[in-house]
Amino acid sequence: MLTVLLILIPFIAGLITFGLKGSGPKVLGMISSLATVTLAIGTWCRFRTAPESLNLVANWIPQLGSQFRVGLDGMGVMLCLLTAIAFLLIFITIYNRNYEQSNSFYGLMLLSQAGLTGVFTAFDALQFYIFWELALIPVYFLCSLWGGEKRIAVTFKFFIYTFLGSLLMLVGIIYLYFQTPDHSFSWTSFTGTQLSAGDQKWLFWLFFVAFAIKMPVFPFHTWQPDTYEQSPTPVTMILSGVMVKMGLFGVIRWLLPVVPQGAAMWSDVVIVLSIIGIIYASCIAMVQNDLKRLIAYSSIAHIGLMCAAIFANNEQSLQGVLVQLFNHGINIVGLWIVVEIIQQRLGVKNMDELGGIAQKAPRLAIFLVIISLANIGLPLTNGFIGEFLMFSGLFQHNHWFMAFAGLGIILSAVYTLNMIQKVIFGQGNTLTETTTDLLPGETLVLSLVVIMIIVLGVYPKPMLDLVSGTTEMASKLF
Amino acid sequence: MNALISTALSGVVMMFVGLFVRNKQHIKFFAIAAILIAFVANLMQYPSVQEGGYIMFGMIEVTKFGVLFNAVALGATLLYFILSGGEFEKVGEHTSDYFALVFFILSGITLAATFSNLLMLFLAIEIMSIPQYILAGSDKKNLKSNEASLKYFLMGAFSTGILLMGITLIYGAAGSFNVTELGLGAESVHPLSLCGIILMVFALSFKVSAAPFHFWTPDVYDGSPTVFTSFMATVVKAGAFIAFLRMFHTGFSGGAISSHWTLILSIITAATLILGNFAAVFQQSVKRMLAYSSIAQAGFMLFAVIALNNTGTQGVILYAAAYSVATIGIFAVLLKLKDYTFEGFNGLARKEPLLAVAVTIFLFSLAGIPVTAGFFAKYFVLAAAVQHGHLLWLVLLAVLCAAISVYYYFRVIIAMYFKQGDPGVEPVSGGFKAGLILAIVIVLALGLFPNLLLCYL
Repeated sequence: MLTVLLILIPFIAGLITFGLKGSGPKVLGMISSLATVTLAIGTWCRFRTAPESLNLVANWIPQLGSQFRVGLDGMGVMLCLLTAIAFLLIFITIYNRNYEQSNSFYGLMLLSQAGLTGVFTAFDALQFYIFWELALIPVYFLCSLWGGEKRIAVTFKFFIYTFLGSLLMLVGIIYLYFQTPDHSFSWTSFTGTQLSAGDQKWLFWLFFVAFAIKMPVFPFHTWQPDTYEQSPTPVTMILSGVMVKMGLFGVIRWLLPVVPQGAAMWSDVVIVLSIIGIIYASCIAMVQNDLKRLIAYSSIAHIGLMCAAIFANNEQSLQGVLVQLFNHGINIVGLWIVVEIIQQRLGVKNMDELGGIAQKAPRLAIFLVIISLANIGLPLTNGFIGEFLMFSGLFQHNHWFMAFAGLGIILSAVYTLNMIQKVIFGQGNTLTETTTDLLPGETLVLSLVVIMIIVLGVYPKPMLDLVSGTTEMASKLF
Repeated sequence: MNALISTALSGVVMMFVGLFVRNKQHIKFFAIAAILIAFVANLMQYPSVQEGGYIMFGMIEVTKFGVLFNAVALGATLLYFILSGGEFEKVGEHTSDYFALVFFILSGITLAATFSNLLMLFLAIEIMSIPQYILAGSDKKNLKSNEASLKYFLMGAFSTGILLMGITLIYGAAGSFNVTELGLGAESVHPLSLCGIILMVFALSFKVSAAPFHFWTPDVYDGSPTVFTSFMATVVKAGAFIAFLRMFHTGFSGGAISSHWTLILSIITAATLILGNFAAVFQQSVKRMLAYSSIAQAGFMLFAVIALNNTGTQGVILYAAAYSVATIGIFAVLLKLKDYTFEGFNGLARKEPLLAVAVTIFLFSLAGIPVTAGFFAKYFVLAAAVQHGHLLWLVLLAVLCAAISVYYYFRVIIAMYFKQGDPGVEPVSGGFKAGLILAIVIVLALGLFPNLLLCYL
């Protein structure tokens, strides 16, 4: 029941929000997200004592063999927690902003939260597909209604890309459904089906393309920088903090266990694509002048590393990916919060026009430096443990892959430090002279991010313990 | 059978209603009452066929499937009358005659869902078609309407000829008009029967506007009064599909023969999907876009005919319901607008939020996005094709086409929500809004629980 509530609370709150006026949407959004964070922590506690109680099966379409199956394993708990925390951070950040038609804005945000949580809890393939699409639609409207100048064309491209990927996955799901002995969509039937190697070879791509577009992995990434740039920043936080995790989650939950041989056959191809993505995106990030595009490209590089590590085919790399799912989410949301604050203060996101902010806003500068260092993966920050495990896993798989992927760290340090230098240090100009330091709400939200960065950097054990079950299960499959 | 009798009688009654009822606005209520009676009469027959169908005089076979399809067709027409019935009086003088013609078309459709003899198939198709030629030209002073009527009539007459030729050849090969006793090509295929089947494929493809026999569709749909286009593109089309499905599933399935016609039909389906979707992308008028989209949707429905399995049959029922309700809903909104181009929709969300939400949900359904009926409709027809085994290439093509369809469906959504404008909208009554909400509820209910319909199959 706890699991269903995680979906229901934002869903119902979202529907109610459409009818509210004034500051009602903000308040309800905040209440709903506080409630979901509390619930998500509750599921974590329950997961340690009685994990079975988090599963629920109910009748849905008996003729089709599809049931409403929700459940949580370690990875699910962690991603639900990430979703809940990310939305809480977003709502705190934008609490003082006034959006036009704020009831629709908050309503759509909450509906997308419900969709995302649904994806992470689904143990029925049809239900997974439906939530997968449901998470996308509110985001489409959010980007198109509140985004930048070129939002309509850019968001449309994003929608068609992801919709095509989803449809291919649907074909895969239908095919698999007919292969299951009991004609069912349940995760256990899907994973228990004996598929020939020939089938697995092409089925892999039907699923992988859908996930790769969502992540995004080179060469399926072309929608991403434009969409991140044009979306309103809170939506970019959802996209980069939580939504990209849907792709990685899909690979771990629905691709590796269902078509293990297919995954093994194509793993090197995927790793090579990911590494090309890492180097290519890092190089582009180095020459970016737009803050949002820089972070967008850095995200492609980081996700590329995670995708490569999943296919590196061993327990260590998978463990790294799982903890990084959470840590990357927190770090990137933190970075976007800083960008949002700068953009709200100064109205620009062009790095040439910034500089010298540290003199006027020292607290903002400190937070940005810590979050950026966590994003590079500096030891004692949360980014380190995940990256270390992923690289170590990749090294076991193939030395060369690790060596090339490792270039990503160096390049990431180059563009991140360059960004810090250009944005907050150096000479100020007439515009940045006007900067004021953080407001209490902003300090609170960035402090929460930094606390999580440091606590999980120094003591990552709780996170590693949480996902250990998933790692063991998945690593036995190859 | 009840549906057939009640719709035919209603047609006759509606002709006389015009003589006695002076106020044109009241005629609509008689029609709604008549369709409700037909709907209930049809449902009353359900218990008697639940355990299995029966054949009457070797001509009509009443089955569970037929009754269910009739319920969908009559239900969709009821919705159509509620939403667009008021527009009939704006077309011309003879409001009650238009309703009568619609009822005659419906009796053709009910016959198409229950025939068991080739003669009845021919009659069903003709009863469906002839009133449509008249309705297409009912806006007598409009040249485009006259052109549509003439074009439709000529094309229809050709396809009738081809259908008759096909029936003749099949009779020559099988020696029977009875659909269940044709027994063609269990082992070897007689050239005569193959020719007959090919001719029937062509003729019925005309009727469902499958490529390359679709050329009449955009012009006829565009030229006809919009209120009748709405009916032609939905309920009538679904009726023609049922005839197609019944003919090929009962008459020509099994043995060597089905591999021949499935190949031809696969090619027709592929062509329909490609042509319908690509042509729809380039349209400037929403009405013409919907005409091409109806061709594209026909491509999806053809999957159910090719797949020859139970999933396909379920799919076609769900598809008929999902597609009819959504398209009738969009056309109803379109009728309220003064400008049928995409620009005509600019800014509708601000001016009439309910209309915009309704159109959005209907377009989602047509595009096949989850939680709308259209998703499960597409799911079932694609699943039928996957289950068939040899049609995976066609399924992948359909998926690509579905992604293209998002482009033109979303143009309307973009216009309504993201563009500024002041669309000319006629005043919208409370009853109309209630009808739209009913349609939205049906689309969402079938999208969440397709069982509501399928459990009767």
